[in-house]
Order: sequence, then structure tokens, then C-alpha cells
Amino acid sequence: MILAHPTTCAPRPRSVVPPRVAPGVAMTEHQPAERRQWFEQRLEPLMDRLYGTALRLTRDPDDAEDIVAEAVGKAWARLDELRDPQRFEGWLFHILTNAFISEWRRRQSRPQRPMDDESTSPDELDIGRFTLFQQLHQPFLLWWGNLEEQFFHQLLQEDLQRALDALPDAFRVAIVLVEVQGYTYEEVSRLLGIPLGTVRSRLSRARGLLQKMLWQQAREAGVISGPRASAHQGKEDQQP
Amino acid sequence: MSGRPLTCEEVIERLFDYLDRELDGQQAAAIEWHLARCQDCFTRAEFEKRLRARVEATGTAAAPPRLRRRIRDLLDRFDDEQDATP
Repeated sequence: MILAHPTTCAPRPRSVVPPRVAPGVAMTEHQPAERRQWFEQRLEPLMDRLYGTALRLTRDPDDAEDIVAEAVGKAWARLDELRDPQRFEGWLFHILTNAFISEWRRRQSRPQRPMDDESTSPDELDIGRFTLFQQLHQPFLLWWGNLEEQFFHQLLQEDLQRALDALPDAFRVAIVLVEVQGYTYEEVSRLLGIPLGTVRSRLSRARGLLQKMLWQQAREAGVISGPRASAHQGKEDQQP
Repeated sequence: MSGRPLTCEEVIERLFDYLDRELDGQQAAAIEWHLARCQDCFTRAEFEKRLRARVEATGTAAAPPRLRRRIRDLLDRFDDEQDATP
């Protein structure tokens, strides 16, 4: 199954689904071949999300492959610890997240690049208050077209990835854990070992900075141009 | 939360908590009540939801064939080690 052609929405095979295992039944009670098949069938549909999430966390394809391989290896080795097979997906992503955090902490103990920590210049302290919506939502400009629609229409996934990758590590990790992986603030606080208030602060600043970068990208790409740019320039100058 | 309807400012202040599902049922219901009646806040919420969905989509990328081979080899190695265990 692992060698199957990569697809993002691979249909779940119907005829080969193994019998459902009641929660609480350890995977050791399966025969080895059945156990491997069970594991691979559940792993395969998650591969693109595992890799994509790892890529957003690490920003590096080789590092992303390393932590996915590490997480899958750990999951396979610890399969007996999975008491509720229905929770396989969340369990595997949790292992992936922990693999990344361990590696991230290890690297953080080394000297940092200036943008790798969460320090910001005084000008950026209020970045959490920047909103792209305020820049784009201009009812008096509607006769020129709907800027919000235009923005989403022209926003490429690569633009968004580039903006996310450009965030300082601490901000990027917070936003990926919450918006991509769906962790609660409390879970992020526990995972990263930081106070809940710090999670909120990082998220707020991450969103503000991300939206500001997307706004700048949109302007550079000409999404906002001509009279609209002039009209927005004044507005932007009032933003933090 | 009191029974008083939320103002637009309060809704926008809590919008990300709402979108992140950090509010309890009563608080979320109060936001939804407001969004159902306020076009401006509804438009803002829809914009943030849409952008959030695009951010979420960045968490999916085609896993390289090399990674799939690496994982297959890893699992094979585990199986071989298990078979070799007396």
C-alpha cells in the first residue's frame, strides 16, 4: 500500500478492510501479516497530510521526510499502545508533532538566526491588530470589483506557503498546530511547554504578520493596482 | 456570559476564539446569534473562515515516492527483526 500511486483523496479500499477491532483490543492479538495490512491501510490515506504537515512545520523537504519516517516507525513499534484503533489518525499525528517538537527544541539550543525566535521590533509589537480584511473590504470601492473575491481568486497555494514559511519559527509552529492540525490552545500549551497566554499571543501575532505578508504579496502581484492601490495606501499607513 | 447580546466589537474580539472552537457552547451560540443578524460581522467571519481553510490546505502535499519506499523498507526491517527474534 505504501508504494501505491500518491493521491490526495484515495478511496478507501472496500474489499480488503480488515474486521473492525473493538476498542480496547490490543493489536498484539492480530497475526503479523494482518497487523501490517491493518497499519498500512490506515497509513496510506494519511501520507499526504503527514508529509504536508511536516513540511509546514519544518519548511524543509528532507527534514519533513525524516520526521514522517520517524513518526511512522515509532507508531509501528508502539502499535500495541493504541488501545482504541478508531483514534489511529490523531495518535499518529500526535507522534509526528512530538517528533517535530523534539527536533525543534534540539535545534533551538543552537545559536538562532535573528528571525527564528519570536522577538519583534517595536514597530511589530502591534502586528496582531493588522487585518487583511480591513485592507480589502472597501464597500466604497465595490464598483471597481470585489477585492476580497479577487484576492482569494489570485491567492496561490504557493503564495500562502511562502508567507507561512517566512514567519518566525515560534509563530509558524503555533499557527500550524492550531489551523492545520486543529489542536486546542490548551494542547498547544502542553505540547510546547508554554503558558496559555503565550499561545494566544503567538497566534495573534502570527495571524497579523501572515496577513500583512499576504497583503504585501497581493500588492506586489498587482492584485491591488491603480486607483485601488492609492486608495488603500492611505489606509495601510494607518495600520501597525 | 450575560444574556446581553454581544456588540460587533465583542464579536470581532472573540472571532478567532470562535473559529478555533475555543468557546463554550453558550459563548459560541452568542457569536452565531450575532453573525446571523449582522452583515458586517458575518462578512468578516466568512473572510477569516475562507483564509483559514486555505491555510489548513497547506498541510497537504503529495508525499514523495522516496518517502513511501523509505517507510516500506522501515516496516520490512521491523518485520525482519521480529521474525529473527526467537
